[in-house]
Amino acid sequence: MQELLQYIFSGLTNGAIYAVIALGFSILYGATRLINFAHGEFVMLGALGLITLWQGLKIPLAIALVLAVLGVALIGFLFERLAIRTVSRPEPIVLIIITVGASIFLRGVGMLVWGKDAHSAPAFFSFAPIDVMGAKLLAQSIWILVVVVALTFALHAFFKKTLVGKAMTAASISKKAAWLTGIPYEWMILLAFVLSTATGAVAGVIITPITMCSYDMGTLLGLKGFCSAMLGGLGSLWGALAGGIVLGVLESLGAGFLSSGYKDAIAFGLLLAILYIRPSGIFGAKDLHRF
Amino acid sequence: MLKITDLKCYYGRIQAVKGITLSVGPGEVVSLIGANGSGKSTVLQAVCGLLQRWEGTILFQGSSVKGLNPPEIVRRGISLVPEGRMIFAPLSVLDNLKLGAYSRSRKNPKSNFEEDLEKALTLFPVLRERINQPAGTLSGGEQQMLAVSRALMARPSMLLLDEPCMGLAPMMVNKILDTIALLKSRGMTILLVEQNARAALQIADRGYVLETGKMVYEGRAADLLADPAITNAYLGIAATPKMKPETAAASLGLTF
Repeated sequence: MQELLQYIFSGLTNGAIYAVIALGFSILYGATRLINFAHGEFVMLGALGLITLWQGLKIPLAIALVLAVLGVALIGFLFERLAIRTVSRPEPIVLIIITVGASIFLRGVGMLVWGKDAHSAPAFFSFAPIDVMGAKLLAQSIWILVVVVALTFALHAFFKKTLVGKAMTAASISKKAAWLTGIPYEWMILLAFVLSTATGAVAGVIITPITMCSYDMGTLLGLKGFCSAMLGGLGSLWGALAGGIVLGVLESLGAGFLSSGYKDAIAFGLLLAILYIRPSGIFGAKDLHRF
Repeated sequence: MLKITDLKCYYGRIQAVKGITLSVGPGEVVSLIGANGSGKSTVLQAVCGLLQRWEGTILFQGSSVKGLNPPEIVRRGISLVPEGRMIFAPLSVLDNLKLGAYSRSRKNPKSNFEEDLEKALTLFPVLRERINQPAGTLSGGEQQMLAVSRALMARPSMLLLDEPCMGLAPMMVNKILDTIALLKSRGMTILLVEQNARAALQIADRGYVLETGKMVYEGRAADLLADPAITNAYLGIAATPKMKPETAAASLGLTF
């Protein structure tokens, strides 16, 4: 029982991280029908950026967190402006290959700036782990779960309650209709990139205390986040949350009870299964091709 | 108000509009009629910025709209109600209307949105009953009313209507036509593209007839309605009960 609970706790923590990354995929896909394969690299930039600001430059944690997320959002802004907007024939396959290229580029930049060594950061809060029936729950894990749920609620409120959020939804429904209604479509796309990369950075900063961070950490995290987004249904915020948690817990249980070598295989086996059985995901719309 | 001179539009290498000249004065309702593929909708798309490849001049209130994208043209005061309505189906009726006011509410958040909403709901009371329903659950006619209201929410000084009556039940067609007449009586400038040429000319001040990208007739709507050449070619005999039997038979290719 204690063992099971411990696996579930660690699964929830990992799952919450996957969920935040999946949110980034979903936001961007929802607005642009585009998968950003460089998304994991934005997670890496957030994590390593925080370590540099907080540990390297000794900036207070709260300010360093904000700066790291804003900095990555700025890179997301530049990415859209320089690499996506400038494409003369913006067909999906072209844009997706650009994101793959961007991922290689950002990884290279990460290696040049931070080197090949892994970095880590101390826990944000020095609370002792909480004991639940013999299983240990880290304070950082609770913090991560709180951040994930709060972020999902905040994004949900943004899309459902604010005019800009609704305009983004409208832009995703039909570019032409949004244009004719007077909604500046280009700004909505840019905003989607900025929001998406900022959530990626959030995922990066909150995991720094519980994982080793290096220039190539984004690849696997990005893929796991993509699995979660697919699992929950691309474009759905709650789906991203559920997909991430499900993936994290299954992975952790599989690693614990079978073998830790199967951890990644479980994620990708699940991705294949969902693509075969229900490509639209658990919460996704039945029809993926709306327009 | 709107002045189009020698407009040529292209789809790839195909010239869809071959140099037309058209004007709409303030407060005027002008109908652009013609068969399928005559280039009517293309003209509207050029005016509202959806179509970028065109030559000639389009002046709105004296300044060119060349190179502007649709949201910029909406801010200049031209709103298009597109063919097929293009409402945001998953969003509520209220959200559709709010988004209609997007271009001005960004600049000025409290720019009398409530007042305009009230006007729109008074114009189409059925929308008030359905205000929180997803727009996709509305009937075709109701969706058209929503599309017109959404366009009006931007406070345009000119409204472009692309086939507003297409695919609607006759009762709804009348409702939409009445609305256009009402908007006209309130001083709205309207350029109307419509397959239903008779109805379009009956509510218009002037009319233009387009045929394979060229302007073939223009004149006062009443004159066009009275011109047998036009009634025969564009209005169809079914809708012309006053036509003499011989003429009707001739246009059907019958001889007595």
